[in-house]
Amino acid sequence: MWTSCTTVLVVPFIAVGVGLAIVKPILIPISLVAFAHAWIIPELYAARGAGVVRPRRRAGREPERRALGLLGDLVDHEGRGLHARTGLVLDRGKLGVWLLGEAGALLVRPGGRRVYCYCVKVPEPDLPSGDRIAHLLLALREDESGFATLANLAFAGAPWRLRRRLPDRTRQALGAAVSEVRQAA
Amino acid sequence: MSRLIRMDQTGHTTLAEWTAEDPASVEAAVSAFRAELEQGYYAVVSEEDGRAEQVRELPLEAPLVILRRPIAGG
Repeated sequence: MWTSCTTVLVVPFIAVGVGLAIVKPILIPISLVAFAHAWIIPELYAARGAGVVRPRRRAGREPERRALGLLGDLVDHEGRGLHARTGLVLDRGKLGVWLLGEAGALLVRPGGRRVYCYCVKVPEPDLPSGDRIAHLLLALREDESGFATLANLAFAGAPWRLRRRLPDRTRQALGAAVSEVRQAA
Repeated sequence: MSRLIRMDQTGHTTLAEWTAEDPASVEAAVSAFRAELEQGYYAVVSEEDGRAEQVRELPLEAPLVILRRPIAGG
């Protein structure tokens, strides 16, 4: 569905670009503008997708520490390390490998060629970061399909397209998730 | 000793601790559990296999029961 929507938006620009260049070569500059639109639209979607795992406002030091302790109890040693480095928690599910942030999640599908960005959060603005992730982690582990249904899809596409829009530390987490998926294949 | 905790703005708060051998502590934990469910919290037990189960009655044998808020699409 997502791919179809993107295709419907992008293909007309490509068609216009190609058509103008063939019919009247003098219009090649306008063709280039059409091609630029065809490129920019998926990039804007990717930027929106990257935004779902952007860090949010922090609570006080002590609440953050306590929340982190609880989150640490829910994941293994490797997961704690990844969270310390990237701010995201990796969880393996039936639909693929998930990366959970404070207000969203990335799902790397089996094969590692496609990533879905979901906007999903706990509507309690004062919760510490670790608790917000723990909420998503527990909800995901309870009902993975329900989690994916409830969450709003912000982007779906190739990991390389998303990677370019992510900060370095988040990019590292995406790389770990893609590796995890490819190893499992 | 089993614990009932609620994720909140303090990180988390321990609402009750109980052992099966102490009926008073069980009763207090069950009351606290029901009160939080009435407030709209979901109760979850994290399992060994990396999954979690939502519960509507306090599982007395579980070492840790976590109360969380419902999530929503952003």
